[in-house]
Amino acid sequence: MDDLASAIFDLICDVQSNLPEDVEKALARAYEIEDSDVAKLQLKMLLENVKLARELKRPICQDTGLLTFFISAEKKHFIKDVEEAICQAVKKATSLGLLRPNVVNPLTRISYGDNCAHGNPIIYWEVGEELEISLLVKGAGSENVSLAKVLDPEVGVEGIKEMVVKAVVEADGKPCPPIFLGVGIGGTIDLATKLAKKALLRRVGERSRDPLVAKLEVELLEAINSLGIGAMGLGGKVTALDVFIEMAGCHTASLPIAIVFQCWAHRRGSIRLT
Amino acid sequence: MIYEVSTPIDENFVRKLKVGDLVYISGVVFTLRDRAHSKLVEMIRKGEEPPFDLYGGVIYHCGPLAVKRNDKWDIVSAGPTTSMRMEIFEGDVIRRLKPRLIIGKGGMGENTLKTLIEVGAAYLAYPGGAGVLAASAVKKVLNVFWLDLGVPEAVWVLEVEKFGPCVVAMDSHGKSLYKRGYST
Repeated sequence: MDDLASAIFDLICDVQSNLPEDVEKALARAYEIEDSDVAKLQLKMLLENVKLARELKRPICQDTGLLTFFISAEKKHFIKDVEEAICQAVKKATSLGLLRPNVVNPLTRISYGDNCAHGNPIIYWEVGEELEISLLVKGAGSENVSLAKVLDPEVGVEGIKEMVVKAVVEADGKPCPPIFLGVGIGGTIDLATKLAKKALLRRVGERSRDPLVAKLEVELLEAINSLGIGAMGLGGKVTALDVFIEMAGCHTASLPIAIVFQCWAHRRGSIRLT
Repeated sequence: MIYEVSTPIDENFVRKLKVGDLVYISGVVFTLRDRAHSKLVEMIRKGEEPPFDLYGGVIYHCGPLAVKRNDKWDIVSAGPTTSMRMEIFEGDVIRRLKPRLIIGKGGMGENTLKTLIEVGAAYLAYPGGAGVLAASAVKKVLNVFWLDLGVPEAVWVLEVEKFGPCVVAMDSHGKSLYKRGYST
Protein backbone atom coordinates (compact mmCIF):
# COMPACT_ATOMS: atom_id res chain seq x y z
CA MET A 1 0.00 0.00 0.00
CA ASP A 2 1.24 3.50 -0.76
CA ASP A 3 1.30 6.32 1.82
CA LEU A 4 -2.17 7.57 0.93
CA ALA A 5 -3.79 4.13 1.30
CA SER A 6 -1.91 3.57 4.59
CA ALA A 7 -3.10 6.89 5.95
CA ILE A 8 -6.70 6.02 5.02
CA PHE A 9 -6.31 2.53 6.54
CA ASP A 10 -5.12 4.12 9.81
CA LEU A 11 -8.08 6.53 9.71
CA ILE A 12 -10.53 3.63 9.30
CA CYS A 13 -9.00 1.67 12.21
CA ASP A 14 -8.91 4.73 14.45
CA VAL A 15 -12.51 5.76 13.71
CA GLN A 16 -13.81 2.22 14.32
CA SER A 17 -12.17 1.75 17.71
CA ASN A 18 -11.68 5.23 19.10
CA LEU A 19 -14.87 7.18 19.81
CA PRO A 20 -14.36 10.98 19.50
CA GLU A 21 -13.77 12.66 22.85
CA ASP A 22 -16.75 15.03 22.50
CA VAL A 23 -19.09 12.09 21.86
CA GLU A 24 -17.75 10.19 24.87
CA LYS A 25 -18.19 13.31 27.01
CA ALA A 26 -21.78 13.68 25.81
CA LEU A 27 -22.47 10.06 26.84
CA ALA A 28 -20.85 10.64 30.23
CA ARG A 29 -23.04 13.73 30.66
CA ALA A 30 -26.12 11.72 29.73
CA TYR A 31 -25.13 9.19 32.42
CA GLU A 32 -25.03 12.02 34.99
CA ILE A 33 -28.37 13.51 33.92
CA GLU A 34 -30.24 10.23 33.63
CA ASP A 35 -32.25 9.10 36.64
CA SER A 36 -33.73 5.83 35.38
CA ASP A 37 -31.74 2.85 36.72
CA VAL A 38 -32.17 0.82 33.55
CA ALA A 39 -31.09 3.70 31.28
CA LYS A 40 -28.14 4.46 33.58
CA LEU A 41 -27.01 0.84 33.35
CA GLN A 42 -27.15 0.97 29.55
CA LEU A 43 -25.07 4.15 29.46
CA LYS A 44 -22.56 2.70 31.94
CA MET A 45 -22.10 -0.37 29.74
CA LEU A 46 -21.75 1.80 26.63
CA LEU A 47 -19.01 3.85 28.29
CA GLU A 48 -17.28 0.68 29.47
CA ASN A 49 -17.43 -0.65 25.92
CA VAL A 50 -15.90 2.58 24.54
CA LYS A 51 -12.90 2.21 26.88
CA LEU A 52 -12.51 -1.49 26.13
CA ALA A 53 -12.62 -0.91 22.36
CA ARG A 54 -9.98 1.82 22.60
CA GLU A 55 -7.76 -0.31 24.82
CA LEU A 56 -8.01 -3.45 22.70
CA LYS A 57 -8.09 -1.50 19.39
CA ARG A 58 -11.23 -3.42 18.40
CA PRO A 59 -14.28 -2.04 16.57
CA ILE A 60 -16.68 -0.43 19.07
CA CYS A 61 -19.65 -2.10 17.39
CA GLN A 62 -19.79 -5.32 15.39
CA ASP A 63 -21.73 -3.35 12.82
CA THR A 64 -18.75 -1.55 11.38
CA GLY A 65 -21.29 0.12 9.13
CA LEU A 66 -20.94 1.62 5.72
CA LEU A 67 -18.17 4.10 5.22
CA THR A 68 -18.92 7.54 3.84
CA PHE A 69 -15.95 9.71 2.94
CA PHE A 70 -16.26 13.47 2.55
CA ILE A 71 -13.25 14.66 0.65
CA SER A 72 -12.16 18.17 0.10
CA ALA A 73 -9.33 18.50 -2.37
CA GLU A 74 -7.59 20.80 -4.75
CA LYS A 75 -7.11 19.61 -8.27
CA LYS A 76 -3.64 18.07 -7.93
CA HIS A 77 -5.11 15.17 -6.03
CA PHE A 78 -6.52 12.96 -8.68
CA ILE A 79 -9.92 11.57 -7.91
CA LYS A 80 -8.99 8.14 -9.22
CA ASP A 81 -5.88 7.89 -7.00
CA VAL A 82 -7.82 8.74 -3.86
CA GLU A 83 -10.71 6.43 -4.68
CA GLU A 84 -8.32 3.57 -5.38
CA ALA A 85 -6.49 4.20 -2.12
CA ILE A 86 -9.80 4.12 -0.22
CA CYS A 87 -10.76 0.78 -1.76
CA GLN A 88 -7.32 -0.66 -1.03
CA ALA A 89 -7.58 0.43 2.62
CA VAL A 90 -11.14 -0.88 2.98
CA LYS A 91 -10.24 -4.26 1.47
CA LYS A 92 -7.26 -4.61 3.80
CA ALA A 93 -9.31 -3.64 6.87
CA THR A 94 -11.98 -6.17 5.88
CA SER A 95 -9.50 -9.00 5.36
CA LEU A 96 -7.97 -8.32 8.78
CA GLY A 97 -11.37 -8.53 10.51
CA LEU A 98 -11.43 -4.81 11.34
CA LEU A 99 -14.50 -4.30 9.16
CA ARG A 100 -17.40 -6.76 8.96
CA PRO A 101 -18.19 -7.71 5.35
CA ASN A 102 -21.38 -5.63 5.28
CA VAL A 103 -21.76 -4.71 1.62
CA VAL A 104 -24.09 -6.97 -0.37
CA ASN A 105 -25.88 -6.91 -3.72
CA PRO A 106 -29.21 -5.21 -2.90
CA LEU A 107 -31.26 -7.76 -4.87
CA THR A 108 -29.48 -11.11 -4.56
CA ARG A 109 -28.25 -10.19 -1.02
CA ILE A 110 -24.98 -11.95 -1.83
CA SER A 111 -22.00 -10.42 -0.04
CA TYR A 112 -19.20 -8.86 -2.07
CA GLY A 113 -16.95 -10.07 0.74
CA ASP A 114 -14.57 -7.11 0.69
CA ASN A 115 -16.91 -4.15 1.26
CA CYS A 116 -16.11 -2.65 -2.15
CA ALA A 117 -18.77 -2.45 -4.84
CA HIS A 118 -20.15 0.03 -7.32
CA GLY A 119 -21.02 3.13 -5.27
CA ASN A 120 -19.63 1.75 -2.02
CA PRO A 121 -17.75 3.02 0.00
CA ILE A 122 -19.69 6.23 -0.50
CA ILE A 123 -17.50 9.13 -1.52
CA TYR A 124 -18.53 12.79 -1.75
CA TRP A 125 -16.17 15.31 -3.28
CA GLU A 126 -15.90 19.03 -2.94
CA VAL A 127 -13.29 21.57 -3.95
CA GLY A 128 -11.10 22.72 -1.09
CA GLU A 129 -7.71 24.12 -0.23
CA GLU A 130 -5.87 20.88 0.47
CA LEU A 131 -6.62 17.21 0.77
CA GLU A 132 -8.90 16.60 3.72
CA ILE A 133 -10.54 13.20 4.16
CA SER A 134 -13.37 12.91 6.67
CA LEU A 135 -14.94 9.58 7.50
CA LEU A 136 -18.42 8.96 8.87
CA VAL A 137 -19.29 5.40 9.92
CA LYS A 138 -22.95 4.45 10.22
CA GLY A 139 -24.46 1.11 11.07
CA ALA A 140 -27.76 -0.15 9.70
CA GLY A 141 -29.73 0.28 12.93
CA SER A 142 -29.62 4.04 12.58
CA GLU A 143 -29.61 4.14 8.78
CA ASN A 144 -32.75 2.00 8.54
CA VAL A 145 -34.90 4.58 10.33
CA SER A 146 -33.52 7.57 8.41
CA LEU A 147 -35.85 9.20 5.91
CA ALA A 148 -36.28 11.99 3.41
CA LYS A 149 -39.43 13.65 2.18
CA VAL A 150 -40.47 16.74 0.29
CA LEU A 151 -43.01 18.70 2.35
CA ASP A 152 -45.42 21.37 1.19
CA PRO A 153 -43.73 24.71 1.82
CA GLU A 154 -46.64 26.16 3.77
CA VAL A 155 -46.19 23.67 6.64
CA GLY A 156 -43.23 25.87 7.62
CA VAL A 157 -40.96 25.44 10.63
CA GLU A 158 -43.75 23.83 12.66
CA GLY A 159 -44.23 21.21 9.96
CA ILE A 160 -40.50 20.44 9.99
CA LYS A 161 -40.52 20.02 13.77
CA GLU A 162 -43.53 17.76 13.57
CA MET A 163 -41.85 15.55 10.97
CA VAL A 164 -38.63 15.26 12.99
CA VAL A 165 -40.36 14.45 16.28
CA LYS A 166 -42.63 11.92 14.58
CA ALA A 167 -39.59 10.24 13.01
CA VAL A 168 -37.91 9.93 16.41
CA VAL A 169 -41.11 8.55 17.99
CA GLU A 170 -41.41 5.93 15.25
CA ALA A 171 -37.71 5.03 15.39
CA ASP A 172 -38.05 4.52 19.16
CA GLY A 173 -35.28 2.22 20.48
CA LYS A 174 -34.24 0.93 17.06
CA PRO A 175 -31.40 3.38 16.21
CA CYS A 176 -29.53 2.71 19.52
CA PRO A 177 -30.34 5.87 21.48
CA PRO A 178 -29.08 8.19 22.82
CA ILE A 179 -28.88 9.29 19.20
CA PHE A 180 -27.44 12.10 17.16
CA LEU A 181 -29.65 13.58 14.48
CA GLY A 182 -28.50 15.16 11.23
CA VAL A 183 -31.22 17.16 9.49
CA GLY A 184 -30.95 18.52 5.97
CA ILE A 185 -33.39 21.26 5.03
CA GLY A 186 -33.86 22.58 1.49
CA GLY A 187 -32.03 21.91 -1.74
CA THR A 188 -33.49 18.84 -3.43
CA ILE A 189 -34.33 15.44 -1.95
CA ASP A 190 -30.81 14.14 -2.68
CA LEU A 191 -29.00 17.26 -1.50
CA ALA A 192 -31.06 17.41 1.72
CA THR A 193 -29.96 13.85 2.53
CA LYS A 194 -26.32 14.60 1.81
CA LEU A 195 -26.53 17.72 4.00
CA ALA A 196 -28.09 15.70 6.82
CA LYS A 197 -25.17 13.28 6.64
CA LYS A 198 -22.62 16.04 6.47
CA ALA A 199 -24.22 17.80 9.45
CA LEU A 200 -23.13 14.81 11.54
CA LEU A 201 -19.49 15.78 11.08
CA ARG A 202 -19.97 18.73 13.46
CA ARG A 203 -18.71 18.50 17.05
CA VAL A 204 -21.17 17.97 19.87
CA GLY A 205 -22.59 21.35 20.91
CA GLU A 206 -21.45 23.12 17.73
CA ARG A 207 -24.49 25.18 16.71
CA SER A 208 -25.30 26.39 13.22
CA ARG A 209 -23.98 29.85 12.44
CA ASP A 210 -27.45 30.82 11.24
CA PRO A 211 -29.30 31.97 14.40
CA LEU A 212 -32.67 30.77 13.11
CA VAL A 213 -31.25 27.31 12.41
CA ALA A 214 -29.36 27.23 15.73
CA LYS A 215 -32.61 28.00 17.54
CA LEU A 216 -34.37 25.17 15.70
CA GLU A 217 -31.56 22.75 16.64
CA VAL A 218 -32.01 23.56 20.33
CA GLU A 219 -35.81 23.36 20.15
CA LEU A 220 -35.70 19.99 18.41
CA LEU A 221 -33.22 18.60 20.95
CA GLU A 222 -35.53 19.67 23.78
CA ALA A 223 -38.61 18.26 22.09
CA ILE A 224 -36.87 14.91 21.47
CA ASN A 225 -35.60 14.69 25.03
CA SER A 226 -39.11 15.18 26.38
CA LEU A 227 -40.30 11.95 24.69
CA GLY A 228 -38.97 9.59 27.40
CA ILE A 229 -37.52 6.99 24.99
CA GLY A 230 -34.14 6.96 26.78
CA ALA A 231 -31.01 4.87 26.27
CA MET A 232 -31.78 1.81 24.09
CA GLY A 233 -35.49 2.68 24.20
CA LEU A 234 -35.79 1.33 27.73
CA GLY A 235 -37.24 4.62 29.01
CA GLY A 236 -35.30 7.63 30.28
CA LYS A 237 -34.57 11.33 30.00
CA VAL A 238 -31.81 11.36 27.41
CA THR A 239 -32.98 10.24 23.97
CA ALA A 240 -30.73 12.49 21.85
CA LEU A 241 -27.25 13.87 22.48
CA ASP A 242 -27.41 16.54 19.78
CA VAL A 243 -29.22 17.74 16.66
CA PHE A 244 -27.35 19.28 13.74
CA ILE A 245 -29.06 21.03 10.84
CA GLU A 246 -27.58 22.03 7.49
CA MET A 247 -29.56 24.11 5.03
CA ALA A 248 -29.59 24.92 1.31
CA GLY A 249 -31.75 27.13 -0.89
CA CYS A 250 -34.68 25.33 -2.47
CA HIS A 251 -37.45 25.65 -5.06
CA THR A 252 -40.27 28.05 -4.18
CA ALA A 253 -42.75 25.16 -4.39
CA SER A 254 -40.81 22.60 -2.28
CA LEU A 255 -39.50 22.01 1.22
CA PRO A 256 -37.19 18.97 1.13
CA ILE A 257 -36.32 17.50 4.53
CA ALA A 258 -33.95 14.65 5.31
CA ILE A 259 -33.54 13.16 8.75
CA VAL A 260 -30.47 11.02 9.28
CA PHE A 261 -30.20 9.13 12.55
CA GLN A 262 -26.85 8.24 14.05
CA CYS A 263 -26.43 5.86 16.99
CA TRP A 264 -24.63 6.74 20.23
CA ALA A 265 -21.47 5.20 18.72
CA HIS A 266 -21.00 8.23 16.53
CA ARG A 267 -17.83 7.20 14.73
CA ARG A 268 -16.18 9.96 12.76
CA GLY A 269 -12.72 11.35 12.11
CA SER A 270 -10.64 13.17 9.57
CA ILE A 271 -7.13 13.53 8.28
CA ARG A 272 -5.39 16.30 6.38
CA LEU A 273 -2.67 15.47 3.93
CA THR A 274 -0.33 17.82 2.21
CA MET B 1 -33.87 -9.07 40.95
CA ILE B 2 -30.58 -10.26 39.53
CA TYR B 3 -30.41 -13.78 38.12
CA GLU B 4 -27.60 -15.97 36.87
CA VAL B 5 -28.75 -18.75 34.62
CA SER B 6 -27.16 -21.57 32.64
CA THR B 7 -28.51 -23.16 29.48
CA PRO B 8 -30.68 -25.14 28.87
CA ILE B 9 -33.36 -22.96 30.47
CA ASP B 10 -36.75 -24.23 31.64
CA GLU B 11 -40.13 -22.56 31.61
CA ASN B 12 -40.27 -22.18 35.42
CA PHE B 13 -37.23 -19.93 35.38
CA VAL B 14 -38.57 -17.74 32.59
CA ARG B 15 -41.97 -17.34 34.26
CA LYS B 16 -40.20 -15.82 37.30
CA LEU B 17 -38.68 -13.03 35.24
CA LYS B 18 -40.24 -9.59 35.39
CA VAL B 19 -39.40 -6.48 33.37
CA GLY B 20 -36.50 -4.59 34.93
CA ASP B 21 -34.84 -7.76 36.28
CA LEU B 22 -31.23 -8.37 35.27
CA VAL B 23 -29.96 -11.67 33.89
CA TYR B 24 -26.46 -13.05 33.33
CA ILE B 25 -26.33 -16.03 30.99
CA SER B 26 -23.76 -18.80 30.86
CA GLY B 27 -23.75 -21.66 28.40
CA VAL B 28 -24.73 -21.70 24.76
CA VAL B 29 -26.33 -18.94 22.68
CA PHE B 30 -27.28 -19.03 18.99
CA THR B 31 -26.89 -15.88 16.90
CA LEU B 32 -29.83 -15.55 14.54
CA ARG B 33 -30.70 -12.55 12.45
CA ASP B 34 -32.68 -11.73 9.31
CA ARG B 35 -31.67 -14.43 6.86
CA ALA B 36 -31.33 -17.24 9.38
CA HIS B 37 -34.80 -16.44 10.79
CA SER B 38 -36.26 -16.43 7.30
CA LYS B 39 -34.59 -19.76 6.49
CA LEU B 40 -35.68 -21.28 9.80
CA VAL B 41 -39.32 -20.29 9.31
CA GLU B 42 -39.25 -21.72 5.80
CA MET B 43 -37.95 -25.03 7.21
CA ILE B 44 -40.67 -25.03 9.87
CA ARG B 45 -43.33 -24.51 7.19
CA LYS B 46 -41.94 -27.37 5.12
CA GLY B 47 -41.79 -29.60 8.22
CA GLU B 48 -38.01 -29.92 8.02
CA GLU B 49 -35.70 -30.30 11.04
CA PRO B 50 -33.22 -27.45 11.59
CA PRO B 51 -29.61 -28.64 11.99
CA PHE B 52 -29.43 -27.18 15.54
CA ASP B 53 -31.67 -27.51 18.58
CA LEU B 54 -33.12 -24.33 20.06
CA TYR B 55 -35.25 -26.08 22.72
CA GLY B 56 -34.64 -24.35 26.07
CA GLY B 57 -32.03 -22.28 24.29
CA VAL B 58 -31.09 -18.66 23.81
CA ILE B 59 -31.47 -16.74 20.55
CA TYR B 60 -29.21 -13.73 20.20
CA HIS B 61 -30.10 -11.15 17.53
CA CYS B 62 -26.54 -10.56 16.48
CA GLY B 63 -24.34 -10.61 13.41
CA PRO B 64 -20.87 -10.81 14.87
CA LEU B 65 -17.68 -9.44 13.43
CA ALA B 66 -15.77 -12.71 13.23
CA VAL B 67 -12.39 -13.40 11.73
CA LYS B 68 -10.57 -16.67 11.15
CA ARG B 69 -7.04 -16.71 12.53
CA ASN B 70 -4.91 -19.86 12.32
CA ASP B 71 -8.00 -21.90 11.42
CA LYS B 72 -9.88 -20.73 14.51
CA TRP B 73 -12.75 -18.25 14.57
CA ASP B 74 -12.26 -15.17 16.73
CA ILE B 75 -15.33 -13.15 17.70
CA VAL B 76 -14.02 -9.59 17.56
CA SER B 77 -17.17 -7.58 18.27
CA ALA B 78 -20.64 -8.98 18.89
CA GLY B 79 -23.32 -6.56 20.09
CA PRO B 80 -27.02 -7.04 19.32
CA THR B 81 -28.76 -5.98 16.11
CA THR B 82 -32.21 -4.31 15.85
CA SER B 83 -34.71 -6.97 16.95
CA MET B 84 -37.76 -5.45 15.28
CA ARG B 85 -36.66 -6.77 11.88
CA MET B 86 -37.19 -10.28 13.23
CA GLU B 87 -40.75 -9.52 14.41
CA ILE B 88 -42.40 -11.20 11.41
CA PHE B 89 -40.58 -14.48 12.17
CA GLU B 90 -40.12 -14.67 15.93
CA GLY B 91 -43.63 -15.78 16.92
CA ASP B 92 -43.36 -18.89 14.71
CA VAL B 93 -39.83 -19.64 15.88
CA ILE B 94 -40.69 -19.41 19.60
CA ARG B 95 -43.90 -21.42 19.24
CA ARG B 96 -42.34 -24.23 17.26
CA LEU B 97 -38.77 -24.45 18.53
CA LYS B 98 -39.27 -23.26 22.14
CA PRO B 99 -36.21 -21.17 22.89
CA ARG B 100 -36.72 -19.55 26.31
CA LEU B 101 -34.75 -16.33 25.95
CA ILE B 102 -34.38 -13.88 23.10
CA ILE B 103 -31.61 -11.28 23.41
CA GLY B 104 -31.59 -8.21 21.24
CA LYS B 105 -31.96 -4.46 21.24
CA GLY B 106 -34.70 -1.93 20.60
CA GLY B 107 -37.59 -4.23 21.53
CA MET B 108 -40.13 -6.31 19.62
CA GLY B 109 -43.80 -6.03 18.74
CA GLU B 110 -47.19 -7.26 19.87
CA ASN B 111 -47.01 -10.64 18.17
CA THR B 112 -43.79 -11.58 19.96
CA LEU B 113 -45.14 -10.27 23.28
CA LYS B 114 -48.23 -12.44 22.86
CA THR B 115 -46.07 -15.47 22.09
CA LEU B 116 -43.87 -14.86 25.14
CA ILE B 117 -46.99 -15.10 27.33
CA GLU B 118 -48.35 -18.12 25.48
CA VAL B 119 -45.17 -20.21 25.37
CA GLY B 120 -43.24 -18.90 28.36
CA ALA B 121 -40.24 -16.98 27.13
CA ALA B 122 -38.69 -13.55 27.68
CA TYR B 123 -37.03 -10.84 25.63
CA LEU B 124 -33.84 -9.40 27.09
CA ALA B 125 -32.12 -6.16 26.09
CA TYR B 126 -28.36 -5.86 25.78
CA PRO B 127 -27.02 -2.39 24.93
CA GLY B 128 -26.70 -1.97 21.16
CA GLY B 129 -23.25 -1.05 19.97
CA ALA B 130 -21.51 -2.51 23.02
CA GLY B 131 -19.82 -4.97 20.69
CA VAL B 132 -16.45 -5.38 22.37
CA LEU B 133 -18.00 -5.71 25.82
CA ALA B 134 -20.34 -8.41 24.53
CA ALA B 135 -17.49 -10.23 22.77
CA SER B 136 -15.55 -10.30 26.05
CA ALA B 137 -18.18 -12.71 27.44
CA VAL B 138 -17.81 -15.08 24.46
CA LYS B 139 -15.47 -17.89 25.43
CA LYS B 140 -15.58 -20.08 22.37
CA VAL B 141 -17.15 -20.60 18.96
CA LEU B 142 -18.71 -24.05 19.28
CA ASN B 143 -20.05 -24.27 15.77
CA VAL B 144 -21.25 -22.24 12.83
CA PHE B 145 -24.16 -23.08 10.54
CA TRP B 146 -25.21 -21.56 7.23
CA LEU B 147 -21.97 -19.68 6.66
CA ASP B 148 -23.05 -19.45 3.03
CA LEU B 149 -25.44 -16.69 4.15
CA GLY B 150 -22.38 -14.55 4.94
CA VAL B 151 -20.48 -13.95 8.19
CA PRO B 152 -23.05 -11.62 9.82
CA GLU B 153 -26.06 -13.71 8.73
CA ALA B 154 -24.71 -17.15 9.66
CA VAL B 155 -25.82 -18.97 12.83
CA TRP B 156 -22.96 -18.81 15.33
CA VAL B 157 -23.14 -21.19 18.26
CA LEU B 158 -21.29 -19.40 21.03
CA GLU B 159 -20.23 -20.51 24.45
CA VAL B 160 -20.66 -17.55 26.79
CA GLU B 161 -19.79 -16.92 30.40
CA LYS B 162 -21.84 -14.45 32.45
CA PHE B 163 -23.16 -12.69 29.38
CA GLY B 164 -24.82 -9.56 30.74
CA PRO B 165 -26.25 -7.81 32.51
CA CYS B 166 -29.21 -8.20 30.18
CA VAL B 167 -32.34 -6.30 31.14
CA VAL B 168 -35.65 -8.18 31.03
CA ALA B 169 -37.44 -5.78 28.68
CA MET B 170 -40.48 -7.93 27.72
CA ASP B 171 -41.66 -10.66 30.08
CA SER B 172 -44.06 -13.61 29.95
CA HIS B 173 -46.69 -11.63 31.85
CA GLY B 174 -47.37 -9.18 29.05
CA LYS B 175 -45.21 -6.34 30.37
CA SER B 176 -42.87 -4.40 28.07
CA LEU B 177 -40.48 -1.56 28.83
CA TYR B 178 -41.06 -0.30 25.28
CA LYS B 179 -44.70 0.63 25.85
CA ARG B 180 -44.89 4.42 25.91
CA GLY B 181 -47.40 6.86 27.26
CA TYR B 182 -48.08 8.19 23.76
CA SER B 183 -49.41 6.30 20.78
CA THR B 184 -47.47 6.00 17.56
